[in-house]
Amino acid sequence: MRDATAIRFDDVTLGYGRRPAVHHLAGEVPAGSLTAVVGPNGAGKSTLLKGVVGTLPPLSGRIEVTGAARARIAYLPQAAELDRSFPLPVYDLVAMGLWTRAGLFGAIGRADRARIEEAIAAVGLTGFERRPIATLSGGQMQRALFARLLLQDASLILLDEPFTAIDAKTTADLLDLVRRWHREARTVVAVLHDLDVVRRVFPETLLIAREPVAWGKTDEVLTAGNLLKARRMVEAHDPHAVACGR
Amino acid sequence: MIIHDLLVVPFAEYAFMRRALVGTVAIALGGAPVGVFLMLRRMSLTGDAMAHAILPGAAAGYLVAGLSLPAMTIGGLIAGVIVAVLAGVVARLTALKEDASLAAFYLLSLALGVTLVSLRGSNVDLLHVLFGTVLALDDAALILLASIATVTLVSLALLYRPLVLECVDPTFLRSVSRAGTPTHLIFLTLVVLNLVSGFQALGTLLAVGMMMLPAASARFWSGDITLMTAVAILVGIVSAALGLLASYHAELPAGPSIILVAGCVYLASLLLGPQGGLVWLARPGRHLEA
Repeated sequence: MRDATAIRFDDVTLGYGRRPAVHHLAGEVPAGSLTAVVGPNGAGKSTLLKGVVGTLPPLSGRIEVTGAARARIAYLPQAAELDRSFPLPVYDLVAMGLWTRAGLFGAIGRADRARIEEAIAAVGLTGFERRPIATLSGGQMQRALFARLLLQDASLILLDEPFTAIDAKTTADLLDLVRRWHREARTVVAVLHDLDVVRRVFPETLLIAREPVAWGKTDEVLTAGNLLKARRMVEAHDPHAVACGR
Repeated sequence: MIIHDLLVVPFAEYAFMRRALVGTVAIALGGAPVGVFLMLRRMSLTGDAMAHAILPGAAAGYLVAGLSLPAMTIGGLIAGVIVAVLAGVVARLTALKEDASLAAFYLLSLALGVTLVSLRGSNVDLLHVLFGTVLALDDAALILLASIATVTLVSLALLYRPLVLECVDPTFLRSVSRAGTPTHLIFLTLVVLNLVSGFQALGTLLAVGMMMLPAASARFWSGDITLMTAVAILVGIVSAALGLLASYHAELPAGPSIILVAGCVYLASLLLGPQGGLVWLARPGRHLEA
C-alpha cells in the first residue's frame, strides 16, 4: 500500500489555447504522501491541480489517478470561485461534502447529520450552522470548506492555496486537519506560498516554474539554488513561440 | 358585503374569470420558482431574452396552422429550446459568456420572428400572441398550463441539489459530478416551457413578468431559498387574483393589469421587505453589543 502510486504524470503538458502553463512534467505522487506544490505566481500550480481533478484536459501526455475514481478526489480551489452572496446556511455548504455518497437524490439520514455536525465541530464552527455563508469571515469560510472536505472522505485531497489571507490561528487549526489526513494515509497535495509551513509540515515538495524545477524530499528541493532557478521563470508570452519539439 | 362584491362575485359569476384565475395560478406555481432560480443564478434578464427568442417559433406555427394554440406552442417551444441550448453550449465551449452568446442567438431569432410575422402582413390575431389572451383560455390551454406547472415543480424538486450547487460553487460541482451541464440545459428548458405557458395568457412581452417580479419581491422577504420560493409563488397568485379583479372592475386589459399589480408588490417589497428593504436600510437602529 505504502509504495502504491496515487497520481502518475506521464510527460504532461497542461495549458490554455496552445500555451503551456505546465510544461513536460513527469513523475509520481506516492499514495499516502503529503506533498507541497511551490512556485512563483503563474508557475502553473493551480493549472496542475485542475489537470489532476480532470476539469482541464492535458494538451499532451497523460495524468493517471490510480486507486481513486474522479468522485473520490476532494478538491479545494482558490476561494474566489465561490458565490458568497448566495443565500445558503453554513450547514448546507458543509453538507455538500456528502455528494459522493448521497448524490442527486440520496437521502441524508441521521448518521449523516451526525457526521455533518462532527465535521463542523472539528473545524471549530459549532454554533454557526444556521448562519448564511455571506456573513462568514475569510477564515471562517475556509474552516467551513475544510469541514466539507472532511465529509468528502476522499483518498486524494487537493488544496489550492488553502492558507492565503488566513490568520495564524486558523492556519494552525487547519494544518492539524492536514496532518490528520496524512495519518489516515490519505494522499494530500497542497499549493502553498509559505515556505516555513512547507518545511514544517510537508515531507515532499514539487517546485515548479512552468517547467518542473525539483521534486522530492522538501529539504533537498527548497535549496537556495533551486529557488533562484524558479524565480528566473519568464512570465511574458513569447509571440514568436513555435510548436514544442520535445 | 361590499368586499364580497369586489373580491368574490366576479369569479363566482363569470366562467371566463374563473378560467383566467386557474390559468394564472398555474403560471405562478411554475414560473415563480423558476424566476427565483433565474435571479439567484444572476440570469434575471435571460428570461426576457428567451421570451423574444420564442417569437419566430410561434409565428411559424401561426403561418402553418393559423391561430392554433397547439401549433404556436410547439413552435415557440422548439425555437426557445434551440436558442437556449445553443447559447448554453456556446457559453460552455468558447470564450463567450452566457449573456453575450444568448444575446447573439436571441437577436437572430427575434429578427427571424419579425420577418415571419410581416410575411402575413398585419393581423389582429397575432396581437393576441404578443399580448396574450388571459380571458379566453380554453380547456386545452388550461390543461397545458397545469401540465407545465407540474413538470416544472417536479423537475425543480429533482434537480434542486445540482441547481443550488451550480450557483454557489460550480467548481465544486464539476469536481464531484458531471451533472452540471445537463442540469443547466434542463433548467433552460424549464425557463422556455414556463415562458410558453406565460405567453398563452400574458403574451410574449409580459410572460417574464410573472417569473421575475414575484422572485425579485421574495428576495426582500426571506434569506432562505425554500421560503423565498414559497413567497414568490404567493406573490404570483395574489398578483394574478388582484390583477384580474382590477381589470374586471376598471375595465383594464387583464394581462398588463396582472403584471402591474405584481410590479406594485415588488415596489412595496423593495420599500418594506425585512431583508434589505429601503426603510430598514434608512433606519437600521442602534448597533448591537455583539
